[in-house]
Amino acid sequence: MGQLLEQVVNGLQLGFVYALIAVGYTMVYGIIKLINFAHGDVIMVGAFVTFFGLVRGIPWPVAILIGMIVCAVLGVVIERLAYRPLREKGAPRIAALITAIGVSLFLENFASLRIAFGPDFRQFPAMVTRAQWNIFGVTISSIQVLIVSITILLVLILQVVVYRTKIGKAMRAVSMDMDAARLMGINVNMVIAFTFAIGSALAAAAGALWAAAYPQIWPYMGIMPGLKAFTAAVLGGIGSIPGALLGAVLMGQAEVLTAAYLTTDFKDAVAFAMLILVLLIRPAGLLGKAGPEKV
Amino acid sequence: MKRLLVGLLAVSMLVLAACGGTQAPGSSSGPTSSSSGTGSGSGDKVIKIGLIAPLTGNVKTFGESSKKGFDLALEQAGYKAGDWTIEAVSGDDKGDSTEGVNLATRMITQDGVKAIIGSVTSGVTIPVGLVANENKIPMITGTATAEGVTVHEDGTRKEFVFRACFIDPFQGQVAARFALEDLGVKTAAVFYDKGNPYTVGLAEAFRAEFEAGGGQIVAWESYAEADTDFSAVMTNVAALQPEMLYLPDYYNKVSLLAKAAKEKGLDVPMLGGDGWDSEDLDFEALAGNYFTAHYSADDPSPAVQKFVQEFEAKYGHKPDSFAALTYDATNILLEAIRQANTDDTDAIRKAIQDLSGFQAVGGSISFDDKGNPIKAATILKVSADKSYEFVTTVNP
Repeated sequence: MGQLLEQVVNGLQLGFVYALIAVGYTMVYGIIKLINFAHGDVIMVGAFVTFFGLVRGIPWPVAILIGMIVCAVLGVVIERLAYRPLREKGAPRIAALITAIGVSLFLENFASLRIAFGPDFRQFPAMVTRAQWNIFGVTISSIQVLIVSITILLVLILQVVVYRTKIGKAMRAVSMDMDAARLMGINVNMVIAFTFAIGSALAAAAGALWAAAYPQIWPYMGIMPGLKAFTAAVLGGIGSIPGALLGAVLMGQAEVLTAAYLTTDFKDAVAFAMLILVLLIRPAGLLGKAGPEKV
Repeated sequence: MKRLLVGLLAVSMLVLAACGGTQAPGSSSGPTSSSSGTGSGSGDKVIKIGLIAPLTGNVKTFGESSKKGFDLALEQAGYKAGDWTIEAVSGDDKGDSTEGVNLATRMITQDGVKAIIGSVTSGVTIPVGLVANENKIPMITGTATAEGVTVHEDGTRKEFVFRACFIDPFQGQVAARFALEDLGVKTAAVFYDKGNPYTVGLAEAFRAEFEAGGGQIVAWESYAEADTDFSAVMTNVAALQPEMLYLPDYYNKVSLLAKAAKEKGLDVPMLGGDGWDSEDLDFEALAGNYFTAHYSADDPSPAVQKFVQEFEAKYGHKPDSFAALTYDATNILLEAIRQANTDDTDAIRKAIQDLSGFQAVGGSISFDDKGNPIKAATILKVSADKSYEFVTTVNP
C-alpha cells in the first residue's frame, strides 16, 4: 500500500509539471484557436535561462523568476513576429499551425548553435538540498514538495489573474467572442500578447521544475514534455484551464502507474491510448464544452 | 540589373549541380578498382583516410577524445605511412546512425577515402560498418564494443570491419566477476536501454555471468533513450533492496539514473561499462562507483605512460580510453598501409588481419577470425574530484 501511494506521489510530480505546460497550451487555444507547438521549446529556453542563473550563483527563486520573465518576453515576440501578421491577413488556421511548427524547429535548432546554448547535455545543479521525509510509509523528497508547491502557487495566481482582474476579464471576453470584445473597446492584440506572456512564463517555470526533477537539459528536451502536455490539454478539454490541470494529473498517473505495474515499454502507449479513448467517448475532452460550431 | 543577377545565380547553380552530378559516379568507382588511385600517381602517392565520430550530440565527448587520438597518431607519423602520404578527412555523425551512414557514403563515394577509422558507439558503427563492408573499404573502430560490429546477424564475418577494443560480452563478464568476487554482492538490479545494442549486450552478458556465479538478478528493467522520468521504476527497485546496480549506459543517462536511484534512497554500489568514461560524467553523483574500461592513464605499463605523456604534452590533459583506443586504431591502420604499400583496399584489409603482436597502448594486439583483438580489461573507480582510480586489470 505504501508503495502504491509512493507511485501516486511520483505520478503527481510528473503530472504537476505537465499541468503548468498544459495551461499554456490551453490558454492560447482558448483565445485564438491556435495550437502553439512552439510552447514545448519555451520550456527548454526557461530551463536554460534558469540554469545560467543558477551556475552564476543566483538564488533559485530569482533564477526561476528571471527565466519566467525572459520567456514571457519571448512568448510576446513569437506572437508579434510569427502569429499576428498571419492573423491580421486573415490566413487560414492551418497556416498558423504550420508556422507554429516552424517556430518550434527554429527555437530547437537555434538553441543548438554554439553561439546560443550549444548542442550538449548539461547537468542541472540542485536547486534545493536533497532531503527525504517518510510520511505514513510514503517517501517524499524535497524536489517533489518543491514541484507541487510551486505549481499550486502559480495556478492560484493564474486563477486570480483570470477571474479577479480587468485583464483577466478581457481575456475571457476575447475567448468567448473576439469580434464582440473588439466592439466593446477591448484591445484584442494586447490581450493576446498578454496571454502568450502568461503561458510562456508558466512554461518557463515548468522547464525549471522539469530540470530540477530530471536534472539534465539540452535543446531538444522540450519536445516530449510539450507533446505530453498538449495531449493532457486535449484530454481535459482544450480551452479549459481546469480541464488542462485534470488532464495533466491523469497523464502523469497513467504514465507512472503503467511504468510501475505493467511495463516501462508501454508507459507512453497507455498515456496516448487513454487520450484516444476519452476522445471517442467525449470528443470535447473531459471538461471541454461541446458548443455549437460558430459560423 | 536585378534580373540579370538572378539569372547569373541560376546559371551558376545549374553548373554547380552538374559538376556535383558528374563527380559522384566518377569517384564512386574509385574504391572498388585499385588502379584508379595508383595510376594517377605522378611521384607523390596520396591515400585518403576518414574519421567518423560524434563531435556533437549526446556522446560528443567520446567523439572529441577520439579525434584527438586520431590527430595525435597521424601527427606522430608525420602524415606518412611508408611511401604514402596520408590525407585525413573527418566528419561528425552526431551519435546518429542515419547521419553516420550518410557520412560514410559521402566519404567513400565523393571524397574517395580508402579506409575509415570509426565510428565510436556501437549503434552507429554497426550500420556504418555495413556501408564500408559493401564498398570494400577497410574500417577500424576504436571503441564500438557490440558483438554485431564485425559479424552479421547470422554470424558471418564482415571482412572489412575491425576494432581495437574488447567486446561487450567480455565487459559484462568482467563486471559480473568483479561484483561477485571483489564487491562480494549476491543480488543485483540491471537497467538497460532496450534500443541500444551496446547496453543490451553488456546487460545480457552481465546477467549470464552473474547468475552462473551464484548471484541473483532481482530486477531487470529496460527504458527508452528519450526517457527521463525513472521515479516509478526506481521506487519498485528500491523496495526489492538489491545489493548493487548494473548501469551499462553512456555517461549522460547514467548520471540521470544514479541521481534517480539516490532520490529513492537506493544507496548501493553501481557498476558500469566503458560508456561512463567521460569528463561530462556527473562525478559527484557517481563517486565511489566502478566501471570496466579499456585502459587507465594510471596503468604503470611503459607503453601507456609514454602515450599519456605525449598526449598531455599536446592537449594539456590526460587521455581517456576513447583517445587511447582511436589512437591505437589509427596506428594499426597506418602500420597496415605501410606493410601493404598500396592503396588497394583488399590488400590493406589483409595486412590488418595478418598483423601479429602489434604494440599498442592497449597492449599487444593480434586479431582473431572475427576481427576482434585479444586483450585485457581494466576496472576503474570514480572519484568526486573528476578523476578515476586504477583498481585492477582482468585478463580474458
